[in-house]
Amino acid sequence: MSAVNMPEAITAATRKPDEISGMEKRSSAWRRGGMPASRFRAGKVVLWVLVIGFALLFMYPFAWLVAASLKPRGQVFDNRLVPETFVWSNYADVWDQLPLLSWLFNSVSIALLAAGAVAISSTMVAFGFAQFRFPGRGVLFGLVLATMMLPGAVTMVPVYLIWKEVGLLGTWAPLWAFNLFGSAFYIFLQRQFLLGLPRELFEAARMDGASYWRIFWRIVMPLSIPSFIIVFLFEFQASWNNLQAALIYLNAGSVEEFTAPLGIAYAMTRYSPTAGGQGDYQYVMVASLLVTLPMLVLFAFGQRYFIEGIATTGRKG
Amino acid sequence: MGSTVAEGVAQGAGAAPSTVRASRLTRRGRQRYNRREAIAGYLFISPWIVGFLIFTAGAMIWSLVIAFSDYSLATGEMRPVGTRNFENLIEDPRVATSLANTLFYAVMAVPLEIVFALGLAMLLSRLGRGSGIFRTIYYLPKMTPAVATAAVFFLLLNGNTGAINQGLAAIGIEGPQWLIDPAWVKPSIVLMSMWAVSGTMVIFLAALKNVPRELYEVSSIDGAGPVRQFVSITLPMISPALFFNTIVLSIAAFQTFDQAYLLFWRDQNNAAPEASLFYAVYLFQQAFRQFNFGFASAMAWLMFVIIMIVTAIQMRFGNRFVYYEGGR
Repeated sequence: MSAVNMPEAITAATRKPDEISGMEKRSSAWRRGGMPASRFRAGKVVLWVLVIGFALLFMYPFAWLVAASLKPRGQVFDNRLVPETFVWSNYADVWDQLPLLSWLFNSVSIALLAAGAVAISSTMVAFGFAQFRFPGRGVLFGLVLATMMLPGAVTMVPVYLIWKEVGLLGTWAPLWAFNLFGSAFYIFLQRQFLLGLPRELFEAARMDGASYWRIFWRIVMPLSIPSFIIVFLFEFQASWNNLQAALIYLNAGSVEEFTAPLGIAYAMTRYSPTAGGQGDYQYVMVASLLVTLPMLVLFAFGQRYFIEGIATTGRKG
Repeated sequence: MGSTVAEGVAQGAGAAPSTVRASRLTRRGRQRYNRREAIAGYLFISPWIVGFLIFTAGAMIWSLVIAFSDYSLATGEMRPVGTRNFENLIEDPRVATSLANTLFYAVMAVPLEIVFALGLAMLLSRLGRGSGIFRTIYYLPKMTPAVATAAVFFLLLNGNTGAINQGLAAIGIEGPQWLIDPAWVKPSIVLMSMWAVSGTMVIFLAALKNVPRELYEVSSIDGAGPVRQFVSITLPMISPALFFNTIVLSIAAFQTFDQAYLLFWRDQNNAAPEASLFYAVYLFQQAFRQFNFGFASAMAWLMFVIIMIVTAIQMRFGNRFVYYEGGR
């Protein structure tokens, strides 16, 4: 299956896995060769104008979101970047308008469970694939990679029925528990990392009489923390954003049981102008901002890991 | 007692030589394995094996069975109906509509995303010192949850008062009714995906960084201009990333759900333009609004087959022009 061959091919094309974060270092020096100084300077100006222009375009919706969250009821739809009147009380009132605290609590809990479970289980499985020799290893790992090609829609209905059969519908389990079994992409990511660890390390530990289980917790886990963090952050974000699973599993329950994305979808309907006049859409804006902020904080602290993880995706295939 | 000590010694002494042995091939050419190590290996991958058997292989088989059955959620009864679900797929005009919408969207979105992401990556790669902060800014939309993006763009795309049309009006263009006019429904979702294109951009950035600088220096001595350099050096050197991004974005485009659902199909009491009916949205509605599990499963398999075909075509085509450094 060609899906299995692709990763090696792409890995081969870009060899150095550890230099991604310093990507700005390779600067534009090569462009300078042979270009007249004036043309070079003009080019530099155009470059900066474009870069800053795009930055403004990318930031505009954020600025707009902040502005809209501070507008009074009737003005949310006005296209004005600075509100005419600042309604700071939106931020106080939103908690009464929507069970936002419950939503955030649900989302944080589920995301922590999902990310923690998948990071530990995927590391375990990756360790098995990276450092043990056993019959069928290549075929099984090929299967791991192949499952990445499977659209979630194919298993959506039966997985729902599985949770129904075991009586866990209406709990949080369907939103995270499958992560206990590892996830193909993360297994791949962790395996790439663990392959880089010398086998002698484990052999030495074995000689000292350490069990494989002990080696896993005492040596593998501590050593794989950088890639562990990548997996954790990726899954935390994925879980935090997951709308469809919440729609399937939580929509029938009470509003307090929603996750943040489902809650905002619900709030959009409740306050949108089409559903009965110019609604209190400012609350949707406040809620959206409060749901986005944790992700921005996460990125502020984990940027290196996010960028590295994404770039690794590109090498993976 | 004695036996455990002996075992411990054997194990301790055996650890290193046994692995040497394992890596050697026997005369028959079959690899020999250390039994202890093999069992431990299976135990470590056992979570995945269990998950695979239940949530992938088992679920796929079950899905296939449901696709050929009439499933009643209330009673849990499953009645085989042969190919009727698939016949219904063909007869239901909304399946064709949603498929056409999704394909149209993919054909429009993927090339635009690729060009835009590559453009941004090339800008940043030329920037030198200040590029870190801009990379961060460009990446922020990718961190924004889809619901928040949709909630904001719901207002920005408003045909009368939205910022986008007012911006267009400022330069003398009358903007369309993005969220109402059937012709502009899909472009508005393309616009949102362009805003969050930075994941693709980061992959291009990493690829661009790996292009040897000497190639540009040598070629510029030979008199190659920027366009020539782009076509003859940059494109071939980053073709694996180009290839990868195209495949990943195409698969994602086929499964577009969040934005279409949030902007158009969230509210069941409101009519939405049929032009916004994406395949994944219709599938979801059939499965979890109508609970037509058989029909929905048939739809899912059709989607799977289409994705496989498109990916296979892309791979066949891609292998022709993708340049792998050092061969394959």
